[in-house]
Amino acid sequence: MQLSVWTYEGPPHVGAMRIATAMEGLHYVLHAPQGDTYADLLFTMIERRGKRPPVTYTTFEARDLGKDTAQLFQDAATEAAERFKPEAMIVGASCTAELIQDDPGGLIEAMDLPCPAIPLELPSYQRKENWGAAETFYQVVRHLADKNVTREPREGRKARANILGPTALGFRHRDDLVEIRKIIETLDVEINLVAPLDARPSDIARIGAADFNIVLYPEIADEAARWLERTFKQPTIRTIPIGVSATRAFISDVAEVAGADPTPALGDNQSRMPWWSRSVDSTYLTGKRVFIFGDATHAVAAARIARDELGFEVCGLGCYNREFAREVREAAKLYGVEPLITDDHLAVEEAIIEAAPEMVLGTQMERHIAKRLGMPCAVISSPVHVQDFPARHSPQMGFEGANVIFDSWVHPLVMGLEEHLLTMFREDFEFSDEAGASHHAAHSPQQPAKAQVATVAVPEDIAEPANDANLWTSEAERELKKIPFFVRGKARRNTEAFAIDQGRAQIDLDTLYDAKAHYAR
Amino acid sequence: MNAPVTLPGCSQPDSAQEARPVLRERGQREVFCGLTGIVWLHRKMQDAFFLVVGSRTCAHLLQSAAGVMIFAEPRFATAIMEERDLAGMVDAQDELDRVVTRLLDRRPDIKTLFLVGSCPSEVIKLDLAKAAERLGAQHMPNVRILNYSGSGIETTFTQGEDACVTALVPVMPAESADAPKQLLIVGALPDIVEDQFLRLFDQLGIDNVGVLPARDARNLPPVGPNTCYLLAQPFLADTAMALEGRGAKRIDALFPFGAEGTTGWLHAAAAEFGIDEAHFNAVVAPGRERAKRAIGHARGALEGKRISFLPDSQLEIPLARFLATELGMEPVEVGTPYLHRAHCAQELDLIPPSARISEGQHVDRQLDRVRADKPDLTVCGLGLANPLESEGFSTKWAIELVFSPIHGFDQAGDLAELFARPLRRRDVLEV
Repeated sequence: MQLSVWTYEGPPHVGAMRIATAMEGLHYVLHAPQGDTYADLLFTMIERRGKRPPVTYTTFEARDLGKDTAQLFQDAATEAAERFKPEAMIVGASCTAELIQDDPGGLIEAMDLPCPAIPLELPSYQRKENWGAAETFYQVVRHLADKNVTREPREGRKARANILGPTALGFRHRDDLVEIRKIIETLDVEINLVAPLDARPSDIARIGAADFNIVLYPEIADEAARWLERTFKQPTIRTIPIGVSATRAFISDVAEVAGADPTPALGDNQSRMPWWSRSVDSTYLTGKRVFIFGDATHAVAAARIARDELGFEVCGLGCYNREFAREVREAAKLYGVEPLITDDHLAVEEAIIEAAPEMVLGTQMERHIAKRLGMPCAVISSPVHVQDFPARHSPQMGFEGANVIFDSWVHPLVMGLEEHLLTMFREDFEFSDEAGASHHAAHSPQQPAKAQVATVAVPEDIAEPANDANLWTSEAERELKKIPFFVRGKARRNTEAFAIDQGRAQIDLDTLYDAKAHYAR
Repeated sequence: MNAPVTLPGCSQPDSAQEARPVLRERGQREVFCGLTGIVWLHRKMQDAFFLVVGSRTCAHLLQSAAGVMIFAEPRFATAIMEERDLAGMVDAQDELDRVVTRLLDRRPDIKTLFLVGSCPSEVIKLDLAKAAERLGAQHMPNVRILNYSGSGIETTFTQGEDACVTALVPVMPAESADAPKQLLIVGALPDIVEDQFLRLFDQLGIDNVGVLPARDARNLPPVGPNTCYLLAQPFLADTAMALEGRGAKRIDALFPFGAEGTTGWLHAAAAEFGIDEAHFNAVVAPGRERAKRAIGHARGALEGKRISFLPDSQLEIPLARFLATELGMEPVEVGTPYLHRAHCAQELDLIPPSARISEGQHVDRQLDRVRADKPDLTVCGLGLANPLESEGFSTKWAIELVFSPIHGFDQAGDLAELFARPLRRRDVLEV
């Protein structure tokens, strides 16, 4: 048993729902008890979809157990086929139905349904949402792809690509797709199919007609892409175009496989991020310590952008999906940090406190953690929240995605000159620690809000520390308080480590400044 | 016209003794399970912690139903069962001991711990009563450990509160047979509403008043043969039975929604306690008038409008009564997950006979009826609201009726406003 308060991922059948909801003409018959329908609201409320997810829940009750739950499943499947007339169905069990072992796949085989039905085996007690989505998409592709539809000779036609991965409840998938389409069209490559988002089962049938596949979200589409490589010998582009250099690499890779000229796409003059980052007002971003956590793909991309495109220092990197831990471990080596692979948000919170970053790039979970710790934060990955579905175009991928990332990561930070003023005029009552940066809500001068902030349990290192066994002279302690609160924890620990290292019994002003010189970057 | 015909495929009403025909349906239910009650119960009982013994789905439900992660460290959590628990590689009871010990070490502020059963724990027959007994023996007197099931295979949404409060009844102190007569208000109410009611009972001259569930779960009111209980919520069937098992007697009343509902509710108690009628009127009049004035603001938007309720919280019957009798709305269909005929008898009598009462759900057929009925307002769950809006129907999220203070005189205007707002918004928007 695992004690859990908040979870990064839902159960695997929610992953299957994300595929069914993304597609058109596909219906999911889910053997599930009353209450599992809560998952509908993820789509209708968080993503604000105007349609119910195409899911029929059998809704069995205690009194049905050991009697006719199998019949209940078959009735629900028959009724769904009649009512919704889908082109294809996926069938499976939620966690409770898995325990009663009705075997929806076997049951459906015995029925004479008017459409193909794809059985799903999603082990709820071992796997999670992303895995469920990947497995479902793979099964859908494997069952529906027409093996007789393969690519024609290249002469006299454009290269064709499948774009794989965008799905329902994805972090900015809708907007990423717009950017990727632009790039592909500029390269004069034809899009054979986008899946699962907006694809019909009949579209999946001709997936083999493409010359190659582009996997935008490996968490969703890598499993299917590997099968397509084997079955149709389609090469796969796995470069994730998040960030300027990754977008350039993506363009080059696509151009190479497609035999196209990358120049027009590389010359996109809408790419502002490189200049914005070089502009002198961005100097203050240099070496900002960022802690990064999310799904593996977004976390790895964020780390690359942070260091190479914004000049931050990566002080922590991790992901919650073990399936892609290898990618994160490799990236962590590049940045010289310990990879954090966990789905326990309390462990993530501990790691953040330990790393004392100047900014957190994470999921909604880390946003909450950062809020409590009074740290700036930007969201880079699912699990999604209603705020992750903005009305405006807000991609992460492509050059425009990099522009969006620049804005959304830099805005939460204390701006350059403001930071200096905070340091220089600490005694100014308006610059008190509680005030924070002027553009943060916490700055609003209402007393109650401030009181609330103060009552939040802030870990000792970040808040005013207890005077540890009189290690600090009162003079040094006062001096420490003049250091901005968001780096004070780090300064305290560095100084203490330095003092121990140097065998100094007390920390006075000299020790403090010796330590500062020692750790100067 | 709205004759209660049984639709094809629906079970037959068990006719005969039924005063009012009810359409009973069976099929896909678009409702929450009983675990959802934890979202408000853990705020109500401030010394209690709720540990769901379930699956990742249960944890995901609680997190999704709670909206966003409002509380940094809420007083609930899920012990997620994993493959090793099910495959018998570890003893589930040992695992539970380990999880509970870790939890109690970390949260010494917990005084009552509810072990909450879920669909998977019920299906594998994990004995939480036994676990509660064993762990209780270890941790009493610091922590009292109770258990109930909020599983979807047994409970619908608010029935989770019923199950939780039922679990409290056996640990209520016993009141002797010669104790003075006591009034017990039953059902979790927002603190502010509870305080309003307590003030009113005090002014009426009923001074021996208990509240269940109490804010402090370790300080429960007593119960005995001289206890008369008054239900504040319509979904407490099992709690009522358990209380009667301990000798308490139910005061039949309307539920306290709206000026008339609240008056009726208070009056039933006053009559039971022999309060003088003139004194009752004097005490109640100001609140009742205030409620009427407040309700009046919404009348223009709601009068003559047709409303359908999809089953959600069992509040549907009393709310339809309130909207029909105090705001002149026309209930078209009033769906409820479960209809307690005795507890809702007075309510049912006041709902116009033209309204179709339905119990249970077959969501697709019910949506077909909504499309045919074309009500002005449809009250439904979060999974259905936006899809109906996009079809052109105005909707009210049912869950807001459970999460907002709506009982009593001083909330009557807010309650009316909850129904008026979607209609006003529809009229005001030009996009």
